[in-house]
Amino acid sequence: MALGLEASLGDTAITTKLDAVVNWGRQYSLWPFVYGTACCAIEFMSTAASQYDISRWGAEVVRFSPRQADLLLVCGTISYKQAPVLKRIYEQMPDPKWVVAMGACASSGGIYDNYCTVQGIDTIIPVDIYISGCPPRPEAVLDALIKIQDQIKGESVLKDRHKDFKGILD
Amino acid sequence: MNATALENLQAAFPDATCKVVLDSVVIEVHPENLEETLSRLKNEQDFNCGLLVDVTAIDYLDYPQQQETRFHVVYTIRNWEANLLIQVRTWVVDPEKGIPTATHLWESANWGEREVYDQYGIHFQGHPDLRRILNHWQFEGHPLRKDYPIKKRQVCFDTDSMEDEIRARLLKNGVDEATMKDINTEVMFLNIGPSHPATHGAIRILAALDGETILANVNEVGYLHRGFEKTAEQRTYNQIVPLTDRLNYCSSMMNNIAYVKAVESWLGIEITERAKFMRVVLSEFYRVLDHMVCLAAALVDMGGLTNYWYLYNEKEAAYDFISRLTGARLTSSFTRVGGMYRDFYEGWQDDLETHIRGLEKGMGDALKLVDSNRIVHDRTQGVCVMSAESALSYGMTGPTLRASGVPYDLRKDAPYYNYDSFDFNVPVGSNGDIYDRFMIRFYEMFESIKIIRQALKHIPEGPINVANSQLSLPPKEQVYGNIEGLANHFKLIFEGIKVPRGEWYDSYEAANGELGFHFVSDGSGTPYKLKVRPPCFYTMGAFAEMVEENMIADAVINLSCINIIGGELDR
Ligand code: SF4
Repeated sequence: MALGLEASLGDTAITTKLDAVVNWGRQYSLWPFVYGTACCAIEFMSTAASQYDISRWGAEVVRFSPRQADLLLVCGTISYKQAPVLKRIYEQMPDPKWVVAMGACASSGGIYDNYCTVQGIDTIIPVDIYISGCPPRPEAVLDALIKIQDQIKGESVLKDRHKDFKGILD
Repeated sequence: MNATALENLQAAFPDATCKVVLDSVVIEVHPENLEETLSRLKNEQDFNCGLLVDVTAIDYLDYPQQQETRFHVVYTIRNWEANLLIQVRTWVVDPEKGIPTATHLWESANWGEREVYDQYGIHFQGHPDLRRILNHWQFEGHPLRKDYPIKKRQVCFDTDSMEDEIRARLLKNGVDEATMKDINTEVMFLNIGPSHPATHGAIRILAALDGETILANVNEVGYLHRGFEKTAEQRTYNQIVPLTDRLNYCSSMMNNIAYVKAVESWLGIEITERAKFMRVVLSEFYRVLDHMVCLAAALVDMGGLTNYWYLYNEKEAAYDFISRLTGARLTSSFTRVGGMYRDFYEGWQDDLETHIRGLEKGMGDALKLVDSNRIVHDRTQGVCVMSAESALSYGMTGPTLRASGVPYDLRKDAPYYNYDSFDFNVPVGSNGDIYDRFMIRFYEMFESIKIIRQALKHIPEGPINVANSQLSLPPKEQVYGNIEGLANHFKLIFEGIKVPRGEWYDSYEAANGELGFHFVSDGSGTPYKLKVRPPCFYTMGAFAEMVEENMIADAVINLSCINIIGGELDR
């Protein structure tokens, strides 16, 4: 039985917190922008294809314009040549936005500890979730998605999460 | 390589030193004679080397055997009809001054020499567009020089505008902007990529358009340059196998095989019969998978999403077989110098047969959707045509070259692993348009399956690694059971396989064409230099030629049907 305000409104309305309702919506309608550069992107293709089917988590609306996306999936190696492009794409995405570093390369440079490879994209843009593996299996990508959803649950709509981030290109 | 070829060459070039190395003849010429030598090799009927396979340089700074000059440049050229492979070497006295260019002989020299300039800082006199290609424009120094520290990283703050290049290209194509102004129209510049769905990775296309027609096009690559070659110089020969996975990652096993084949050819080892058959079966299986991904993506670009599911789902299913065999879905790392990592598992034939049937079904279904589909025909026939002559000049190989009507296929023209005893055809195109590039891949898949079926019938039992304690790891019982085994294992892992001093080139027919490796060994357990000859790189060099005068939407599907894979393109 409902108490307080809900009691007087009957079955037609429920009361909740703004954060809760907004986050609920955000969680299940993430629109990914796939920044696929290398081998990891092939595993993302598998994640999106029928067998793993990313749409079971409501994230199948893959956008190819950063302006329409709120989940940046960086799948693959980022070289220094590529870094300004990645940063630009990130900046073009409207807030709120989340970033997943898929695979060893995006997370840390992976096996490419050399002159041309960025040693982890978190030196350029803020990252929320890292996925290990070279490449990670599709299940791991789905796991990361679930983790982002969990994280969103606890966020506040009023807080700017990455206000103080400073990368090597800033 | 027969002795007469050597004699002919030595007779034709008495001043040069010629010698046979594996399947190639190496000619060392004075820099002053380089131009003449190359042009004679290309134009004289006896040699007729229409294909410039690759250009590279070697920095002898740390090489144990002192050389008179620090840098050497090597042109690898080929007469594919006569199976004649020649490497022309010259020394570079002053890298700033450089050596004469070969761009007037072969179009492929353009990108090839740019790469040498970028990586080694060697100039090419008379090169029309000598600038960096793999590293970014703010990069200083030349990373493949031995005195460039591998971890010296250089940040790039901004993307190159490429305005000068596109204007130069417009001029070259005879577009007069002033006249266009007069008739009240103007050139529109359109940039696609490097992060764009049409580029399937990271390639940048800059086009100058009149309406939707491409007047001029320039491309920028190198966004996925990951320093394969420099990294490989620090790894033992077997440790490089995982790096090769990540060249063309749609067919990782083919790179594994191509790489160890190149090492084995220099070591002079004959792998076991079973290993040969395994490599054939797996090569062809991966060729099918590679073509499938290419076609699936290309058809999506054309608007045919259904094909994608037909093709991709079968590929996804095939991952079950691959991961059961290799332990990984994508990055197989399944070969070792001297053989294979593991034998097939029990019951693999049945699994493979099931998957082949699945693949055939997927291919058949997809083919039915496009074969007599008017929309596909109209969009692809007569579009982005490439003549056989210019395809060769640009150094294209594999399906894209065969689409232009040149039946060059290393499996037929320089057979390895008993390919000459298999019964299969090499499909060739007649027009060199997008349609041909498309269909070639479909038909090659059917041919590959034919090869697999034959190999399945004849694959012998037996060991998969050569019995040589200098190459293959001892069985685990010996490692844990006796001290010799343990020491042997330890030495092979820590010091790696010792490869005799020398230089050589070896190639293999990968899904996208000729995949070659140019090695320099100083006799230690790690290569002194390892250059990859990636088929994609030269195909991409021909992209502008293919798409100019066509529509912008054609350029998009052309890019997907030439199957540019970033890992291989930029290494
Ligand atoms: S993490 Fe591994 S699979 Fe992923 S992009 Fe890097 S090298 Fe490729």
